[in-house]
This record gives sequence, C-alpha cells and structure tokens, in this order.
Amino acid sequence: MRKDRTEMSEDDDRSPPLDLRGADIAESSSKTRNCSGVTGSVAGPGPGPSSMDFQAPYPDQVLENVLENVLQFLSTRRDRNAASLVCKSWCRVEALTRSELFIGNCYSVSPRRATARFARVQAVAIKGRPRFADFNLMPPNWGAFFAPWVLAMATAYPWLEKVYLKRMSVSNDDLTLLADSFPSFKELVLVCCDGFGTGGLAVVASKCRLLRVLDLIESELSDEDVDWIACFPESGTSCLESLIFDCVERPINFEALERLVIRSPSLKKLRLNRFVSIGQLYRLMVRAPQLTHIGTGAFSAPEGVALGDLEPDYTAAFAACKSLVCLSGFREILADYLPAIHPVCANLTSLNFSYANINAEQLKSVILHCHKLQTFWVLDSICDEGLQAVAATCKDLRELRVFPIDAQEDIEGPVSEVGLEAISEGCRKLQSILYFCQHMTNAAVKTMSNNCPDLEVFRLCIMGRHRPDHLTDEPMDEGFGAIVMNCKKLTRLAVSGLLTDRAFNYIGKYGKLVRTLSVAFAGDSDMGLKYVLEGCPRLQKLEIRDSPFGDAALLSGLHHYYNMRFLWMSSCSLSPPGCQEIARALPRLVVEVISNETDKLNGDDTVDILYMYRSLEGPREDAPGFVTILQ
Amino acid sequence: MESNKVVEENDLHLKATELRLGLPGRDDSEEESFFGARNNKRPFPDARNECGSKDSSDAPAKAAIVGWPPIRSYRKNNLQQKIKAEDEAHEAAGIYVKVSMDGAPYLRKIDLKTYKGYPELLKALENLFKFTIGEYSEREGYKGSEYAPTYEDKDGDWMLVGDVPWDMFMSSCKRLRIMRGSEARGLGSCGV
Repeated sequence: MRKDRTEMSEDDDRSPPLDLRGADIAESSSKTRNCSGVTGSVAGPGPGPSSMDFQAPYPDQVLENVLENVLQFLSTRRDRNAASLVCKSWCRVEALTRSELFIGNCYSVSPRRATARFARVQAVAIKGRPRFADFNLMPPNWGAFFAPWVLAMATAYPWLEKVYLKRMSVSNDDLTLLADSFPSFKELVLVCCDGFGTGGLAVVASKCRLLRVLDLIESELSDEDVDWIACFPESGTSCLESLIFDCVERPINFEALERLVIRSPSLKKLRLNRFVSIGQLYRLMVRAPQLTHIGTGAFSAPEGVALGDLEPDYTAAFAACKSLVCLSGFREILADYLPAIHPVCANLTSLNFSYANINAEQLKSVILHCHKLQTFWVLDSICDEGLQAVAATCKDLRELRVFPIDAQEDIEGPVSEVGLEAISEGCRKLQSILYFCQHMTNAAVKTMSNNCPDLEVFRLCIMGRHRPDHLTDEPMDEGFGAIVMNCKKLTRLAVSGLLTDRAFNYIGKYGKLVRTLSVAFAGDSDMGLKYVLEGCPRLQKLEIRDSPFGDAALLSGLHHYYNMRFLWMSSCSLSPPGCQEIARALPRLVVEVISNETDKLNGDDTVDILYMYRSLEGPREDAPGFVTILQ
Repeated sequence: MESNKVVEENDLHLKATELRLGLPGRDDSEEESFFGARNNKRPFPDARNECGSKDSSDAPAKAAIVGWPPIRSYRKNNLQQKIKAEDEAHEAAGIYVKVSMDGAPYLRKIDLKTYKGYPELLKALENLFKFTIGEYSEREGYKGSEYAPTYEDKDGDWMLVGDVPWDMFMSSCKRLRIMRGSEARGLGSCGV
C-alpha cells in the first residue's frame, strides 16, 4: 500500500554532479515518465498520440530547441530532476542537456541505461560501497566495480572530462581504459577507493595530457612500486592544478615531483604523502608560492638529520605563500617546526591536524592566530584545553572534527563534555561536528543545540558502548532529543551512548529534515526503528548496527523504502523470512542479505547484514558468494 | 581488528576449528553478553539496565568489536603506527653523543638514555676516561679536579654539565667534551 509520492526524495546539491532521476521508482507517480532509457512499465499515458498532445500546432523541434537553450541554465541536479518530470519532451531535452551525472548508488541503475538516457555527459560522479563497509563490517570484494562503467562510457562519452568516484573498486586496467578513451580528460578524483596501484596512476599521468586534477583521498593502493610521478610529461608546461596523494603509502620520486611542480604554474593544491620530508616540502614551496592548499607531508626531517644543522628558513617559505588558505598533512610532525606556519595562520580557512599528535600548548601557539578558520580537524591529544583555545579564537568555525588518537573503549578520554560545551559557546556558527569522546553529558549536548542553531551535521561518537550521561547516569536520550528539536536545519545525525526508544521517538517527531542517520548499539525495541521510519520523510540513508530492531520494525518502513538510497542493518534482530517479505512487497528493491553460515547450521537464523536499495535493474550479476539477494 | 560474537551458553567451542565464511578473526567472548551487546542473537533487556548504571572503570575489560569505534582503518593504522613508533623510539633509539677528552687520542660515544641523571653520567665518564671529576656546585662548577665536563648545546654554545635539569640536558646536548687544565679551572672559578 504505497502512497503516491508527491515529494521529490532528493539529495541536495552539496556533493558533486547530478542525480539520476530514473532511479526513482515510477510506479507511484502518475506523471509521464516515458523518457528514453527509463523503464516503460509506467501506468500512464503511452508514447503515442493522445489527448495530452496540445502542442500539435508547434513543431516539436522548435520547442525542443527553446527548451534546450533554457535548460542549459539549470545546473543543480535537483532542478534538473524536477524539470525532467514535467513532461516527455522536457524529460528528453533535459537528458540531452545534462552534462554532470551523479549516481548515488552504482547498483541503482546500469551503465547502459544511464548512458542511453544522458547522451552528452562531461562529468560523472559514482558512489559504490555503503559507508559501514569502511569499518570492516562487510567482507571484502563485495562489489562496486568501476569496470562496467568505464567500459560503457568509453563508447558513450568520448568527450568525458571528469570522473569522481567514492568507495568504488578501480583497477589499473580501468584506469588504462580511462586514459585511452577520453582525450579531453581533465579531472580524476578517487575517494575511499581501492583496487588500483601506482601502475594505474602512471598510465593516467602519462596519457592524460590535459590533466588538471589528480586527487587521491583516503584510498588504498595496492602493493606495487611504479614511479608514477616521473610519468607526467617531462617537457612543456603542465596544466596541473591539483595533485593530492597524501594517502599513497609509498615513497615517491622527489626529483621528478620537483620538476613537475616547477613546470606547473597553475598548481594550486598540493598534498604530499608522509614520505616527503620538511626539507623537501621547503624546496617545493619556494617553487610554488601560488599554492592555496598544501598538505605538508611528514613535517619533520628523516631520521639521522639532527636539529640545529643548517636548516632552511621554513617560516619564510610559508610567508611567501600569500594565497595559502588550507593546510593539512603533518603526518609525522616534529612540533618544533610548528612555528614555521605562523605567517599563514591569519589567512587559513581550513586546518587539518588530524594526523598530528600535538598537545594543547602546541596547538595554542598556532590556533591563536587563526581567526578566519572555518574547517578544523584535529586529534583529541589537544584535550579539552585545546578545544577551549579553539573556541576562544575561531569565531567563524563551521566544521569541527575531533578524532581519537587512541580508539579504545575503556580509557580515560582526553576530551569530554567540557570541550564540547566550550566549542558551542565560542563557535556559534558551527554547521558540522564530528566528535569522538569517552564521556558525555546530556547537558552539554543540549547546550550545543541551543548555542549552534545552524547545525546541519551532528555526529557524536561516545566510544564506550551503551554509556550513559556520566554525571546523571541517565540515557543520552534528552541530549539527542534537544539536537533534533532545536537544530532546525539538521540533515545528518549520528547517535551513540546509552539510548532508549525515547531518543528515536524524538528523532521521528522532530527530525523532519534528517537525510542520513547512523545508529549503533542503541534502542530497546522495534518501536525505535518504527518511530524513525514513520516520522522522517526525508530519510534517505539509514545505517544501523547492533540494535534490537526486528522484522516488525522493518515492515513499518515499506511506504518509504523507495524514497531512500539505502538501508543498512547489521547484527540486529532480523530474520530471513522478515527480509523476504520486504523483497516480495517491493520488487524494485534489491534486498541483499549476508548471513553467518555457522549460525545457520546451528539453527540460529538471524540475518547478519541486510543491505537494501532501490534499483531499476533488479539483482546484480556480480554479487559475490556470501551475498544472497532475496526475491 | 578483532571482533567478538556472543557465545551461546551451550557452545562447544567447535567453532574454533571450523571452516566458515564469516569475517576473519572473529572470536567468541562471554564478556559481550554482560553488556547486552546487540550483536547477540537474543535481546538481553536486563543486561543493559545492569550496565547502564555502572562506571566503565568498574566493568571488566570489553573485548574489541569489529568496526568500533567507527574509524577508517587507514586513519587507525596511521595513528597506531605513530604511537607505536614513538613508543619504540623512546624505548629503543638511544641518544648517542660523542665524548672527547682533552689529550685523549680518540673519542668515545655514549648513550645518554642509559643514565638516569647526572651522577650516573659523571660516574660513567669517569670510568670511561679514567679520571676524577670534582664535586659540582652551582657557584663554582666542578671543584677539586682539573677536569670539567662540558657539552655543546643546540645553539652551538659550550655549557657546563649539570646546570639545567636532566631532561633538558638530554634533549639539548649534542656532544660532550671533558675540558682539562687551565681552561677547565677558568670555567669553574668564574662562578658562572
């Protein structure tokens, strides 16, 4: 019994390029959706002449030309998706004029279908694995391969310029095909990807002559040692604007890099890996004072080089970078070198110390200059005291992430509710926070909800599971309740600590804009999940682990699953028949189940992992053996 | 990363030798059930109430759980490496400095880390070069001997050993020189 969906279930436009509207399931819509490439099984007017055709006096061609010129101006995918639903011809013309394609789930639509509908795409963004796979909750080799996409695009989009991939498996062969197929290729961004190595990078570097952007972010490279930096063309000016490789865990050819930087006058972003020493950083910086984003690499000297030996003037090098706004790296920081960055602090809008083991004192010396800071990532080694210093200076702070230096459960944490409250007092413009801690109080979370009304992302990870408010011993329900009540712009929420169904009641009642919700070790009963599924109309991504939600709760979301990108539930109380029921009720949902084999043999029949998502394609053919797709 | 599943009460522990398709490294642990962890197959509503009021320091150590806290392995590995490397560096790598003695034909090298403080260091120097250092006083330096232990600090200046706290000395000492004769006496008697 599905309600007619009148609302668009949309991702906003924060991520790169546009959504594939076709992933919306057609059944419940009464609008004509017979655009090319989209399923034809719609209950509605067919493609032939009909009473809808009032445009008879005007040649379709003229209208379409006009439309084409107008629709060129639509850039956001939300607008384009809306336009594509107006009528057939709008759908057709929109498809012809869409140049940026966004696929939120690589299995929701096939490459063939996507390329058939959108013929003139220049930029593609594809996301693959679910986020919880990052934490080893899913066996490896689950899927999300770039191969079928690059194969289809090689023929369909010869003028492709940009590829953005997140959590996809990309092989060296894929990169080779990419480099061979797209002569205008300009930008490659791989975030949290795996499957490729320096061999693939070498091919891209050498063959993509127009390459402007090569960004590797938190990706895992395979164990090969090819000198890819040396593969960039040696002569002539390079058009490179951004080179990010801080996640590459292999030494690089520094001399080749230096030569590359020298002949790249447009280079603005350079993020080095930890194999680049501070001395080498210096050499690069003096060649590229135009840099706006620097990842400093190790930020220390290699062993054997003593302090006090004749060292270059690092401070002067930083001072020369007048446009520098973003600093990161500090992978093996020697705090003695920190003062070198003082000249740039006043201009910094983004500072990432999340790999730097520095204490409060060391942080203070830097942070007190950073008045313009908007994004700050740091380790909890700075303690509450360090956070207080941040709060005192960084009045413009929009995004804060505090990572644990020691990610265990039963230790005394260096940051607590004290730091959180301090931040909320000082940084009133805060929009996004990720905070790992050992102890928290409802009061502090409430204070933040009152002080920071602009919060859109609130992710609190109390690392001790089921941990209550450590002052009152109560569950953390009221704190998170206050967040959803008071932060009216909240779109992303991650909860932790001891939570009862009450917390979920609050979320369902007040979290009307929540799109992404992460739950771990929380709730009492099915009611918790029900509250959320029934109460949050904008919910698109729901990931739950180790919470007592069962089949009945799952059923309560039937009306909503087609609006969602995915649902992940692992180590909950689901059974195969329960999941089967969902699969039967919603044929356009792919219901993937991973069960523990030995438990089954012992008669214990619960589902280990449920991962389900809407799709136009039905069960995928590349599912590995441990995945069962229910139907 | 290790993970633990709740063990059923009548488990025969045959799981340890079984071939399975589950995630690698998964072990069974009984501690999980005490905290009513939700990866238990049957819900334990009471266990949560029990643990809810306990201070974590009173609870028995929880076994590690897969993927918790939710930190990407890249970050975890980097930081673990860092902490480990620092620990190792502090344990293993010594602070080796050259020691020269006026008039001696060749230099020696010592590891400052092996000494807990100045008395030990001075004793070791005495043994190394077979001489006697005098008694240290702030006012007069090393009185009662024709030797004075000195060191070159980070700024390149020659300092008398013993003026600054031991830790500060350890981090700033680049090399040692045992001065002898009139030079030494001069240093000692000017009361610097």
